[in-house]
Amino acid sequence: MQASDRFNINSQLEHLQAKYVGTGHADLTRFEWAVNIHRDSYASYVGHYPILAYFAVAENESIGRERYNFMQKMLLPCGLPPEREDD
Amino acid sequence: MYLYSLTLQQATGILCAINGSFSGGKSQEIVVARGKVLDLLRPDENGKLQSLLSVEIFGAIRSLAQFRLTGAQKDYIVVGSDSGRIVILEYNKEKNTFDKIHQETFGKSGCRRIVPGQYLAIDPKGRAVMIGACEKQKLVYVLNRDTAARLTISSPLEAHKSHTLVYSICGVDCGFDNPIFAAIELDYSEADQDPTGQAANEAQKHLTFYELDLGLNHVSRKWSEQVDNGANLLVTVPGGGDGPSGVLVCAENFVIYKNQGHPDVRAVIPRREDLPAERGVLIVSAAMHKQKSMFFFLLQTEYGDIFKVTLEHENDRVKELKIKYFDTIPVTSSLCVLKSGFLFAASEFGNHALYQFQAIGGDPDVEASSATLMETEEGFQPVFFQPRKLKNLVRIDQVESLMPIMDMKVINLFEEETPQVFSLCGRGPRSSLRILRPGLAISEMAVSQLPGVPSAVWTVKKNVNDEFDAYIVVSFANATLVLSIGETVEEVSDSGFLDTTPSLAVSLIGDDSLMQVHPSGIRHIREDGRINEWRTPGKRTIVKVGSNRLQVVIALSGGELIYFEVDMTGQLMEVEKHEMSGDIACLDIAPVPEGRQRSRFLAVGSYDNTIRILSLDPDDCMQVLSLQSVSSPPESLLFLEVQASIGGEDGADHPASLFLNAGLQNGVLFRTVVDMVTGQLSDARSRFLGLRAPKLFSVIVRGRRAMLCLSSRPWLGYIHQGHFLLTPLSYETLEYAASFSSDQCAEGVVAVAGDALRVFTIERLGESFNETAVPLRYTPRKFVLQPKRKLLVIIESDQGAFTAEEREAAKKESFEAAGVGENGNTEQMENGEDEENSDPLSDEQYGYPKAESGRWVSCIRVLDPRTTQTTCLLELQDNEAAFSMCTVNFHDKEYGTLLAVGTAKGLQFWPKRSFEAGYIHIYRFREEGKVLELLHKTQVEGVPLALSQFQGRLLAGIGSVLRLYDLGKRRLLRKCENKLFPNTITSIHTYRDRIYVGDMQESFHYCKYRRDENQLYIFADDTVPRWLTAAQHIDFDTMAGADKFGNVYFVRLPQDVSDEIEEDPTGGKIKWEQGKLNGAPNKVEEIVQFHVGDVVTCLQKASLIPGGGECIIYGTVMGSLGALLPFTSRDDVDFFSHLEMHMRQEHPPLCGRDHMAYRSAYFPVKDVIDGDLCEQFPTLPMDMQRKIADELDRTPAEILKKLEEIRNKII
Repeated sequence: MQASDRFNINSQLEHLQAKYVGTGHADLTRFEWAVNIHRDSYASYVGHYPILAYFAVAENESIGRERYNFMQKMLLPCGLPPEREDD
Repeated sequence: MYLYSLTLQQATGILCAINGSFSGGKSQEIVVARGKVLDLLRPDENGKLQSLLSVEIFGAIRSLAQFRLTGAQKDYIVVGSDSGRIVILEYNKEKNTFDKIHQETFGKSGCRRIVPGQYLAIDPKGRAVMIGACEKQKLVYVLNRDTAARLTISSPLEAHKSHTLVYSICGVDCGFDNPIFAAIELDYSEADQDPTGQAANEAQKHLTFYELDLGLNHVSRKWSEQVDNGANLLVTVPGGGDGPSGVLVCAENFVIYKNQGHPDVRAVIPRREDLPAERGVLIVSAAMHKQKSMFFFLLQTEYGDIFKVTLEHENDRVKELKIKYFDTIPVTSSLCVLKSGFLFAASEFGNHALYQFQAIGGDPDVEASSATLMETEEGFQPVFFQPRKLKNLVRIDQVESLMPIMDMKVINLFEEETPQVFSLCGRGPRSSLRILRPGLAISEMAVSQLPGVPSAVWTVKKNVNDEFDAYIVVSFANATLVLSIGETVEEVSDSGFLDTTPSLAVSLIGDDSLMQVHPSGIRHIREDGRINEWRTPGKRTIVKVGSNRLQVVIALSGGELIYFEVDMTGQLMEVEKHEMSGDIACLDIAPVPEGRQRSRFLAVGSYDNTIRILSLDPDDCMQVLSLQSVSSPPESLLFLEVQASIGGEDGADHPASLFLNAGLQNGVLFRTVVDMVTGQLSDARSRFLGLRAPKLFSVIVRGRRAMLCLSSRPWLGYIHQGHFLLTPLSYETLEYAASFSSDQCAEGVVAVAGDALRVFTIERLGESFNETAVPLRYTPRKFVLQPKRKLLVIIESDQGAFTAEEREAAKKESFEAAGVGENGNTEQMENGEDEENSDPLSDEQYGYPKAESGRWVSCIRVLDPRTTQTTCLLELQDNEAAFSMCTVNFHDKEYGTLLAVGTAKGLQFWPKRSFEAGYIHIYRFREEGKVLELLHKTQVEGVPLALSQFQGRLLAGIGSVLRLYDLGKRRLLRKCENKLFPNTITSIHTYRDRIYVGDMQESFHYCKYRRDENQLYIFADDTVPRWLTAAQHIDFDTMAGADKFGNVYFVRLPQDVSDEIEEDPTGGKIKWEQGKLNGAPNKVEEIVQFHVGDVVTCLQKASLIPGGGECIIYGTVMGSLGALLPFTSRDDVDFFSHLEMHMRQEHPPLCGRDHMAYRSAYFPVKDVIDGDLCEQFPTLPMDMQRKIADELDRTPAEILKKLEEIRNKII
């Protein structure tokens, strides 16, 4: 890579995308975007204890179980990815 | 509108607890995180948990860990929070504070997916700490000591792995080899790419060991192996000579021992026999206990059962893993095993408890072992057990927790001086209605009747050095009674006191003699029994007395003061006389300062509405030093020293200031600062205490002088963690009081009221509410007041539980199986109803047995709050659950007040929200409102989550439809509806012809009902999607709401829009106006916004003190109560916003979150001043206080006074 390449917009974006999970790009699909949002939401639920407790009361489960359920859901938050259209 | 936000009751729930020796040495303490509050607790000698320190950190605490450097005596605290920083705290015993040792920034603030803070792990030897996020990032910090033995922290070392979820991390004990951390990881990258789902099915959790190479200063992935896909928690196993090292992996249904180069040792977790097969068993909290010779683990399941896990090992080889049933206690968020033989259980909902170990599970019990693990075709063979009574633990203390507050109302149902807060708390079998009263709880030790109506009471010691009081002296209208305190309290006649006359004062004088002042003289009883009498001159009588140990001043009728001092030989000598202009109303002398001969100040209150300070110095004896006029004649005076700030556990860091307190006849307590040198009075503050003139008494609280004020109710003025608090006691009206100290009761109060003598102690200092709890059956959802009869109607519902009959039947079966005879069985059933404790399987302790998730149980209860009796309890049948309720008066008035209850049948949240049917039940009240009778039941097409009365009809929010019903003979009749609401209606408030509808996700909608056209229009809505959890109507144009993310906000319809709508008589304009932004034509404006940091579940407009302004009171999921008080003057707004600004700059929050950013976590904070931050002002060092005060052009004392004043406006 040349020195000038380091500063062009694409490489900066690439750097951001590598560093911050969820940084979007021009070819982001609807599915990828949704998966990202869902994972962010679940992580936020797990991080905010009062919200976790709120869910736990609603579902009559223990808070530990709620946390586990949310973590498990982060694997496939929106179901299976759609078939790729070959271009 | 500007609001002052103040937390009235700190969060009572606990999300995480750690134990260790934070003050150093042998003491055992517990640090608990309560959301945004960090608390230090310590069990005292009697096994009562005492709170030593409580700090609001203005951030969300997510994880805590403690560590100790090798060879050190003291544990440090590591806090993982939402600040994007790692913070290491040390408890400072001398100043009673948490000192921030290190604060290292690593990422953005907020609870984010890839910013660490969620997990913390410590190297067992205290050499490194790992802090992890839910995904990808893990950072390792090396901890060390510098040459001055101070703790140092390195720059972070990365152990990141992208596309990887982390379930748990822990340190691995490998002695003094390189530190290793273990993590349960799951890689999702392939599952995201594979549309066939094959990769997702094959996704496998791994246990990964990360090694920190201390030599190379580098972290590497050392080892990674597949682990059970249900894995959720890791527990460190002792190593390095104490054990086999490695980790316990807790997974759904299994506990697995794993280590590098060691085969898995797996055992099943025993299941309750009544557990549905679809449910797994998950470990939710764990504790490890290590002694010299052995170690074991206590693991608690999500159902509350605790298992003791032991490892049979030979050096590093683990041969067998045993899981034995230990005991069952309510489900915890953290377990702490203290070295002193206690178990602290931080319950996730409901009261926390401290248990003592009776045994450590040595007796045989149901046990699962890796050696007997059976694998069949359907998987591993389960092991079953039946929960039983506590065998190994015994509960010795409880710490109250309101978590979660589901609903709350402030009403003065009992017609007391201040309103009561009725709150619905808890979940499932541990639910309760708690009646909170502002004030301290007292516990009554003894009440005894006296032969007459006493007028006063004193306690005296025989000698200065005595620990306990010797006599209680009670004065009647014409006699004095002396009681000696020993094993029992009995009357004596050999005390030397004159018993044929009333007494005015009784006290210890000099080192060892007693003094009795009666109307005609002073009786001085020497230690050897000699008695000296001083008689009043002429026919004058003594009316008032003020004394301390070495000085006595008496006031004769007519206004003459005579001053006595105790001389070197212990004689009481007359020193000076002074004639005042009129009769004396009251007197007090300050206590003799340490190391001095006499106190310099005498305070004299006169009937001409003045208080004078007189000098008692020999040079200027009886000179008036200063004069203060007051609003009403003073009734009682008391000098009290108050430390301005904390420091040390007792708070003696700053020079004390002397306060003169005066109880005035108009019921006001007047407090003013006395200059220690000149005796000048300054800085006066007053507070109305009650309808009677407050009488002031000095009592001892936590070893220091405090003030008891007896007005129409008793109040206690004392110092708690640096604040001077004046709090009512929840007790009846008292006449006279004195402090009391005996063998059985070290710090008590003896008081007279009516013809009874009462001894009591004051409990749980520092709390602003005391509570009375009434147990409920299921999770309470809502309650309403039946206004005429003052009865409460409560709806309760639980998902996944059996109905009462099914539970009884199951219980019976299990007893029969256990071989209990038919007779014993029925007996227990009967007992079970009224005595919760004697019930062998109390639901409160064991939880309800779990049913399939689609099953609901629910009940409607009518409760008389005065007697706490349930007068009617209707269990709903057929999988129905109640969610909403209101009282309604239909305009035909046939039945009077009716009760409408909205229910859903077969409600399910997963995989998609679905239900079989929704109903609205109409009940009528019978038998003076005590009993409910079903009138009819109307099926509706959604779940009615909101009901409200509106113009003699019933408004119901059914899913996204707002509908108006009228009462019919056999069902409700539809009158009008509006289907234009975006999601689900959760709240309805009405005022005149306006209807304020709260939507589950879309904030408020303002509607109008046109009677002539019989139509409902939405004319305004909000621009912000708010996930409403609570709503309250403020005024015609204003609503207050709270959202799921912990924000409280107010919206208001602009005045011109409001006027326009009211002036539109036909309503045609609203009807045809074009909507804006996919909604209504008008938009409300946000006028107040504040991030509370806790899910607010209920809001109410109320005043907690008589005559006080109304404020918004809120209750939260974590069990805290807070208030938002509107400011009434612009000056106050300026003052407090400047104070807040300076506090933000000079005193940033403890755990590294920026205060402004925290209060603006979701939306920028608007027009709310954070009183909790302002109230931290007295905890600042003195020079900092002065600096801020200078900036505000005030003195620190004035700022404290302001803070006290505004608090007194709320509570």
